[in-house]
Amino acid sequence: MHWLGQPFQERPTQLFIGILIAALAVVTVLNLALPAGHPLHVSTYTVTLLGKYLSYALLAVAVDLVWGYLGILSLGHGAFFALGGYAMGMYLMRQIGDRGVYGDPVLPDFMVFLNWDSLPWYWQGFDMAWFAFLMVLLAPGALALVFGFLAFRSRVTGVYLSIITQALTFALMLAFFRNEMGFGGNNGLTDFKELLGFDLRSDATRLGLFIASGVALALGYVLCRAIVGSKLGRVCVASRDAEARTRFLGYRVERVQLFVFVVSAMLAGVAGALYVPQVGIINPSEFSPLFSIEIVVWVALGGRATLYGAVIGAILVNYAKTVFTGVMPDAWLFALGGLFVLVTVLLPKGIAGLLAWRFKRPDFHDRHPGDGNLSREEATA
Amino acid sequence: MNILKELANRDRVFDFLAPADSPVDVRHGPILYMEDVTVSFDGFKAIDNLNLTIDDGELRCIIGPNGAGKTTMMDIITGKTRPDTGKVWFGSRHDLLTMNEPEIARLGIGRKFQKPTVFEALTVFENLELAMSADKRVLPTLTARMNGAMRDRIDEVLEMTGLVAQRRQLAGILSHGQKQWLEIGMLLMQRPRLLLVDEPVAGMTEQEMERTAELLTGLAGKQSVVVVEHDMGFVRSIARKVTVLHQGSVLAEGSMDQVQGDPRVIEVYLGESEEAV
Repeated sequence: MHWLGQPFQERPTQLFIGILIAALAVVTVLNLALPAGHPLHVSTYTVTLLGKYLSYALLAVAVDLVWGYLGILSLGHGAFFALGGYAMGMYLMRQIGDRGVYGDPVLPDFMVFLNWDSLPWYWQGFDMAWFAFLMVLLAPGALALVFGFLAFRSRVTGVYLSIITQALTFALMLAFFRNEMGFGGNNGLTDFKELLGFDLRSDATRLGLFIASGVALALGYVLCRAIVGSKLGRVCVASRDAEARTRFLGYRVERVQLFVFVVSAMLAGVAGALYVPQVGIINPSEFSPLFSIEIVVWVALGGRATLYGAVIGAILVNYAKTVFTGVMPDAWLFALGGLFVLVTVLLPKGIAGLLAWRFKRPDFHDRHPGDGNLSREEATA
Repeated sequence: MNILKELANRDRVFDFLAPADSPVDVRHGPILYMEDVTVSFDGFKAIDNLNLTIDDGELRCIIGPNGAGKTTMMDIITGKTRPDTGKVWFGSRHDLLTMNEPEIARLGIGRKFQKPTVFEALTVFENLELAMSADKRVLPTLTARMNGAMRDRIDEVLEMTGLVAQRRQLAGILSHGQKQWLEIGMLLMQRPRLLLVDEPVAGMTEQEMERTAELLTGLAGKQSVVVVEHDMGFVRSIARKVTVLHQGSVLAEGSMDQVQGDPRVIEVYLGESEEAV
């Protein structure tokens, strides 16, 4: 398991994990220790908002893993996020028990409303937490496995793959809108009461979910760093830039792509599962193509192929969205689009590129070609 | 079941009895032996009764005008093209016509294409690391660890290709010549017995050509090298033995001087190109 331990020896990863833990600790202390009227007090509302940003950040890291390192621009990662969210939502629905409006001990309210007399087969088992949490990983993972297997085996890449991923998430959105699907139609799943016995409306649970999101982000980040820092990560970069050449060296590129794609989908599922209890609802709008494109914009703004750039992008854009939609709701999409255009033109490497340039260190990647001995020969010749 | 069927078949040597990676047998001299090979595409004979023998450790240059069949010949050796008739043997044990491309590559025939393709976002060292023979399935690659022997092998190849100082540089910022050497280095990582090099000095400066000549002559002896090249000056500087191809078969073979004096060669090739030079 040395490859999993590798990231802990890298300076940037240590720094990232350190900042994340410090931020979690500061927010926790400011929330718990200070009285509500204190100017530095962080309200539970803000804590939940930050928890939502952190789950978005994990989603962005998952997208950066496939887009930045594998060169696969997925415009459908919202689908994996939503599937993880629905798996969590189904568990939360079963936890409501007879406390629903209709008081049915087994059936969720919407099923009673639709006059269903028993649970559909795919709702079985979701009353058990371990099963539901397993499904948070397996449902998006299985979809990514089947989808990726078919796409990568046929060597569908580039724009075509992006378009198919859009179609995938759009198709799922239409399917989940239907009441017959058994996922609550366009209302989705909501009115959750408790998670693992903890009251979802209590301040302590909300703080706990915020910390859980932070920990999940840290673990997901380390996992992605371990993958991109391994030899497999270098094969990913190689296949991103010269796929045929990588195949020629004997690597089964389509299997590498499938493996990384499935890992990324599972991370997106975990992000969705953490998102749902914090916002209190999951509905088909999470499948909307627009949301999946927004994720890509976060990553592009933060800086591709850095992982931490994705985190910065997700948090900044969503913070801006919260502020903007409060002040001028109608202008938000224009602001987002404008920001995207500006960054693409002025900062092609995103905010991460700006940071790397500002804190430039003379490490080997920056070495100028003129330092090579051959070029020196050429210069004297 | 298959094994039982094989056992019932008494008149042949069973595949599973022969070691899977049996070494190339060069005790009888040649490492590559082509006899009466003919390939035609839609009636056009790209290779016509070609006979060619490369000795173990030899450095051979193949020249010939455009359309002489040089690339098709390489394609046959690497298994990309199947000849209509003829024999192609690697050593005296391996019939290349029964093998597919990956099998031939694993046997130790490396081919460098004309246009260098290196992984520009990776360092020189990492390029060589990926080219190293290893278990290339997904999970073994994820957990792969570099050991001392691997590091030594990479250092050795860096030394051979003269890229020691560039080991930590991104391949994308190398000069054209350096990229060509890195590409040859990537082939060397797989410890080939026979190296097929297609136009290695196209687009190189004088100094780069000299370095390439040194590199290729240094490789010969340890492995056999076949170079296809247009640049006559370069061929003269490295070749001990030159084969001239014309219309798909061997027109002349011998030292550069012998070949240059051959009136048929002067007529079809050297004459024109000497004038051009």
